Amino acid sequence: MDPNHKRSKTVDRVDSKTESTQFPDEVLERVLSLIKSNKDRSSASLVCKDWYNAERWSRRHVFIGNCYSVSPEIVAARFPKIRSVTIKGKPRFSDFNLVPDDWGADIFPWLNVFATAYPFLEELRLKRMAVSDESLEFLATKFVEFKKISMLSCDGFSTNGLKAIATHCKNLTELDIQENGIDDLGGHWLSCFPESLTSLEVLNFSSLNSEVCFKALEKLVSRSKSLRVLKVNRNISLDQLQILLSHAPQLMELGTGTFMQELVSGPVTGLKNAFSNCKKLLTLSGLWDATPLYLPVIYSACANLTFLNLSYATLRSDELANLLSHCKCLRRLWLLDTVGDKGLEAVGTSCPLLEELRVFPADPFDQEILLGVTESGFVSVSRGCPNLRYVLYFCRQMTNAAVATIAKNCPNFTHFRLCIMNPGQPDYLTKEPMDEAFGSIVKTCPNLQRLAVSGLLTDRTFEYIGKYAKNLETLSVAFAGSTDLGMECVLGGCPKLRKLEIRDCPFGNSAFLSGVGKYESMRSLWMSACNVTINACRTLAKERPRLNVEVMKDEGGCNDGQAHKVYVYRTVAGRRKDAPPFVLTL
Amino acid sequence: MNMEDGLCLTLGLPGRNEPDTESCYKNNNNNNNNKRSQPEYNDDSIESKGSSIAKESDMDTAPAPKSQVVGWPPVRNYRRINFQAKKVETESGIYVKVSMDGAPYLRKIDLKVYKGYPELLKALENMFKLTIGYKGSEYAPTYEDKDGDWMLVGDVPWEMFIVSCKRMRIMKGSEAKGLGCNV
Repeated sequence: MDPNHKRSKTVDRVDSKTESTQFPDEVLERVLSLIKSNKDRSSASLVCKDWYNAERWSRRHVFIGNCYSVSPEIVAARFPKIRSVTIKGKPRFSDFNLVPDDWGADIFPWLNVFATAYPFLEELRLKRMAVSDESLEFLATKFVEFKKISMLSCDGFSTNGLKAIATHCKNLTELDIQENGIDDLGGHWLSCFPESLTSLEVLNFSSLNSEVCFKALEKLVSRSKSLRVLKVNRNISLDQLQILLSHAPQLMELGTGTFMQELVSGPVTGLKNAFSNCKKLLTLSGLWDATPLYLPVIYSACANLTFLNLSYATLRSDELANLLSHCKCLRRLWLLDTVGDKGLEAVGTSCPLLEELRVFPADPFDQEILLGVTESGFVSVSRGCPNLRYVLYFCRQMTNAAVATIAKNCPNFTHFRLCIMNPGQPDYLTKEPMDEAFGSIVKTCPNLQRLAVSGLLTDRTFEYIGKYAKNLETLSVAFAGSTDLGMECVLGGCPKLRKLEIRDCPFGNSAFLSGVGKYESMRSLWMSACNVTINACRTLAKERPRLNVEVMKDEGGCNDGQAHKVYVYRTVAGRRKDAPPFVLTL
Repeated sequence: MNMEDGLCLTLGLPGRNEPDTESCYKNNNNNNNNKRSQPEYNDDSIESKGSSIAKESDMDTAPAPKSQVVGWPPVRNYRRINFQAKKVETESGIYVKVSMDGAPYLRKIDLKVYKGYPELLKALENMFKLTIGYKGSEYAPTYEDKDGDWMLVGDVPWEMFIVSCKRMRIMKGSEAKGLGCNV
């Protein structure tokens, strides 16, 4: 099919039965262009050739969950009119230092192809990609209509790359820099936005450490009348925040700078008023160093908040309780475990509409500390918040009984990520494995899509998962399981499984190969520090040519025949050409 | 400096002779960082904002726990670095009691306010109107550590000291002579 000719068929077909249902291409395209969901679009494209064509010509956004599953050339050939691209790169465990830096996922080859195929590209959203300053400069200069860039967990660039974006993107509406491995060479990049740029809607530089020129920031904010998201970094003081808010009362999402200051220049009521003037505020984050001294200034804005991110504020239970009593509408809440179980009780009593809770550990690596939250805090929240769907919970102790209660109170879990921080820790009261805990979750929560397990677990946990978790799409396992049977149960039992990541488990070749018929229906499999051998990897690769079976060599080399890190993913692009020397594609 | 002045019962700040009830109330608010109520010790303690964050994360020299596993617990680097920087800056003050032999009442100081031993000793000298040190001083600063032992101030690195110091005692007289001071 020649991609340059839209009309590959004529309207007058010799088929009286179906004549009435022949739409001209333009009509079909127009109808399909209203379908936004990529999943629905994929389904539509499978109906027949006409629909396939109409779909590919009308699509404006493409989502690539694994940058190596397809090549930029293939994407450009199939979808000629893309304006917005989302790409994810490295395996998720790269967030935790399990993947060497130069593994790959370079964005440049994509940009290179897009420069010719999509010169009017407007939006790029990247996650775990390697992005260089040269790539950012290329992006800024080759795409004249470019509007939005968002980077999460990317690395390889510096603030010089941001300079290029700020300088050259005349139509920029969004600059969203989240939690990246960025080389922070200073805050001058912000001063590179030209006076003529007034279209900014989203500006997030909260993860950068250097100070930006406040005058430049103030001018930028005051001329950006459409600004709805502003997240500044910790260097912005309360005084400066007040000034910014006075220029942008229309903000919907705000990330503050530091919330502690020796002496504010005006009375505290000035700050309070600044917040109460922001009538549209739905999301609040930042709040570094927040203490009861200044925290009350946000109370007036709390009534409408739906998302409060306190994961950078070391609040105690009473401080949190006071704050939350003003936040009745909260749907999403992120906390540090400094709030303790008592703080979580306050969550249960004050936030009945809560749907998402994430509790991060303030001191994850200090094994001496026995503070933080326990099973009791989690139970309190579950009692008061029956609508909980998404939980990420870091703790140092848990019991099967507690999790069973939690599951009963909150049967609507879609995402259940429990991290008992000491690997292989049993139920601290009964000393039994935590099998029944996760068993109760999968039995009680039919909508479970994502599960992360921890603690001492035998194969029984995985038998439960395989038997009950019929909607499970993502599973993360660490330091768990007894034999190959565990992994086999999951691979055999979870029909919707897309992503499986396993580390430090006793699963070996038999388990690994039991998935030979399954891996093509999944996005990817990660196995590290398990018992898989290189030969088993070769076997899989031979059986399934449409899978890339990559083995990462450790520093010591692969002398013992063991595959220390295995990454298996389906692909239509063949083996990757940019694999570094330590990645072996079998 | 008059010794008796230093020993008079006042509500004043350390080193001041006039009672100042307002600053006493400020002292009681130990959620506030202590800098506000002890202005004379401020100058060295205030760190410039941007660079201090980088400094603190560079200073992360806490020894890794014995069996630290790579990538576990699964907390992103960004969150870890960010928090460590913050922890050092925003932990509420480390208040310890300071007794001086012969003084009728104790004082309390916030160890977090000082950047190192020299400032601490200067503060103690001002507070109790005396000189500590080797010049034939009668006084030696000691502290009780986590194990309950009485140690001479100055042996261990400052960071270790402020974490392990539970209380201080300024020893006087024959016990002190010969101990000198290790700073």
